[in-house]
Amino acid sequence: MIKFERHEWLAITIMISLFIFVGFLQGWSVSLVILNMCIISAIMTMGVNISWGYAGVINFGVMGFLAMGGLAAVLVSYPPITESWQVGGRGLGISFALLIVLVIAVMFINRKVIQKRKRYILNSLIIFFGILIIRHFYLNATHNIEDVNPAIAGFLGGLGLPIIFSWFVGGLLAAGVAFVIGKVALGLRSDYLAIVTLGISEIVVSVLKHEEWLSRGVKNVIGLKRPVPYEIDLQNTDWFINLVTYLNSSKLNNIIDVSDRQQVLNNLIIDGSGIFVKLSYAILFLIVMLIIFYFANKAQLSPWGRMMRAIRDNETAANAMGKDVVKQHLIIFVIGAGIVGIAGAMLVTLDGLFTPSGYRPLRFTFIIWIMVIVGGSGNNLGAIFGGFVIWFSWIEAAPLTTFIINQLTSGLEPTNALKLHLLDSVPYFRYLFMGLILLLILRYRPKGIIPEKVRHS
Amino acid sequence: MIDFLNSIIVLLNFIIIPGIAYGSQLALGALGVTFVYAILRFANFAHGEIMSFGAMITILFTWFFQSQNIGLGILPTALLALPVGIIATIILCIISDKFVFQYYRYQKSVPVVLAMVSIGVMFVINAIIRIIIGTETIKFSDGQKFIMKAKQFKVMTGLNEGLAIKSSQVITIFITILLLTFTFWFLQKTKTGKSMRAFSDNEDLALLSGINPDRVVFTTWIIVGLLACVAGTLYGLDKSYKPIIYLNLVLPIFASAIVGGIGSPFGAVVGGYVIAFSEIMVTYAYKKFFVYILPSSIEPNGLVQLLSTDYKFAVSFSILVIVLLIRPSGIFKGRVL
Repeated sequence: MIKFERHEWLAITIMISLFIFVGFLQGWSVSLVILNMCIISAIMTMGVNISWGYAGVINFGVMGFLAMGGLAAVLVSYPPITESWQVGGRGLGISFALLIVLVIAVMFINRKVIQKRKRYILNSLIIFFGILIIRHFYLNATHNIEDVNPAIAGFLGGLGLPIIFSWFVGGLLAAGVAFVIGKVALGLRSDYLAIVTLGISEIVVSVLKHEEWLSRGVKNVIGLKRPVPYEIDLQNTDWFINLVTYLNSSKLNNIIDVSDRQQVLNNLIIDGSGIFVKLSYAILFLIVMLIIFYFANKAQLSPWGRMMRAIRDNETAANAMGKDVVKQHLIIFVIGAGIVGIAGAMLVTLDGLFTPSGYRPLRFTFIIWIMVIVGGSGNNLGAIFGGFVIWFSWIEAAPLTTFIINQLTSGLEPTNALKLHLLDSVPYFRYLFMGLILLLILRYRPKGIIPEKVRHS
Repeated sequence: MIDFLNSIIVLLNFIIIPGIAYGSQLALGALGVTFVYAILRFANFAHGEIMSFGAMITILFTWFFQSQNIGLGILPTALLALPVGIIATIILCIISDKFVFQYYRYQKSVPVVLAMVSIGVMFVINAIIRIIIGTETIKFSDGQKFIMKAKQFKVMTGLNEGLAIKSSQVITIFITILLLTFTFWFLQKTKTGKSMRAFSDNEDLALLSGINPDRVVFTTWIIVGLLACVAGTLYGLDKSYKPIIYLNLVLPIFASAIVGGIGSPFGAVVGGYVIAFSEIMVTYAYKKFFVYILPSSIEPNGLVQLLSTDYKFAVSFSILVIVLLIRPSGIFKGRVL
């Protein structure tokens, strides 16, 4: 069983009270929107924390894995577009088959031809011509697919299953991509690995952005189905109207005029349906987060987790004790990426749309990393706390800055150029906050706000 | 024969000249990253923003000089403002070192922590830039725009294809040669340069021989500030200044530094050109070139483009991954100056 210490209870209380505070100050709808994003950030942070905090494997490819999760949401839930399959399915099939043949051919050459120079020449020849042939089929097929009703379709569509499956599939998809990346890159030193994973995530995102047959690219996929009811349906459902009436009965009974009362009730129902939808999302997400949290903690306390710590703290010693460091690094990298993929699918589910151009590695990767470091690497509750606090301050930085600027420049006239300029640049102050938070934490609390528990046996 | 000349001109105009200019900008940037890596031993994610900061100060002073009607005639006013920008960038580097990096250096933190710290610095500089100058695209090159226009060239030579040479490209190449010569001369011939190389090679031995580490680090930041500001300004002159582009520029710069062999200045320069040329060559549509060079019977009907231009960024990283797989230490064995 997981036991929390006093400061950890304090952290949990702070998180909950933040949302209650915002709920009273800016409305429950705003509070729930922030809460949902906070939960998703917390899951992402746990994913990164598992690879970095447990085993010291750096993963800057967060955005790539997040985008893979998002792609899974599209591929699982979007109804299939039969016309696209008809015009392009065969071409795509042929090109994939050829690709597999090419890979096998290269593997075969690598095994059979021993002389290094001969091998390089043969390989490059085969790859070059192979790609030329594949491109022919592939470009034809994708071109045909993209021509199918470009305004609303122009891609293959998905499987038409409930979107909630995609959370699982997203994890698997991201884990699969991570496996390939890990095979290639994990041998590198930590700071190289950081740069390479960052670059690979840039590649993944640019593929998603430009392969329109797969993801609709920059045209975005909209109108994904929800796992929770729609507001408009709720507003016409009897039990929901009754529920709202019941909850607000004291307020409604005070209004004597019937038409006034109906008016107030309608408004309450509209507000309530929005809140209900967000609340259902929050509950779903919370369940996922708690499951991941439970298993992450279990894993950390298990012998496997102990081995991971050993590898992190002294790779050479762990290797000498007979632990397969390379394999374990790969495993933990894949698990971490998979969890980020789940978060990616959840994010797309929440938004109901998939926008590949929204995944900007250099922008958001580091925000996630700030969450990990601020929360405390190696501690799952810390990761959740970091996700909550950093996302919260990312959102609430703008109102806070406006307030501070107004206070500081209250002596100036409202048309003062400096004041106007500062108010215009309010959105950029959040970067300043993020940078300062990161620098201060790294300086004065390098282990994070809730540091990893040191276990002595 | 004429066709052959035409095809050469096409290559020159669309690949070689832009490639050399872009490559020079990357090379200067990568050189800065390499210096930080070799002396201070961490990957400086803030380098793109330092470049951006230098370019921003240069732009602000360019505007100031323009408002005072001080100019350089046919040369862009930015060259006049460049020294101010360089000084400001050096001051920024030294301030960030004093208040941030120094502490971790004395603590002997691991490189990854320093990289994280540099991300924090990146965010702060990022915010400062956006607060001061906003996020809009700014064009600040003035003076004579072209040394040779495409039309002029056609009239002059009677060829079908025009060759346009922008003055910003020539300035870039000229300044790069100047700076590279200076840097390598400094490293090879001066006492400080030699002490820097010694420090990079073996820190403990350098300390034993009485080299003052603070002095070495101080000099390094001066050089890094100089290189970053010049690289940033040249890039802005050649294309245009936009903060988000500089944020993204840090990726090809890292790729250049690593491909060349991180920690090796010469490698960084070569890596810059390798990355620039591969980015341009892989995404260029060769149709025009083949139309000239091949007989009309086997002319290609497609664009003859390996990858669409959308994949520009992906190319530099694919090169990086391939190089790391085949030769993990980069083209020139890296790690020491």
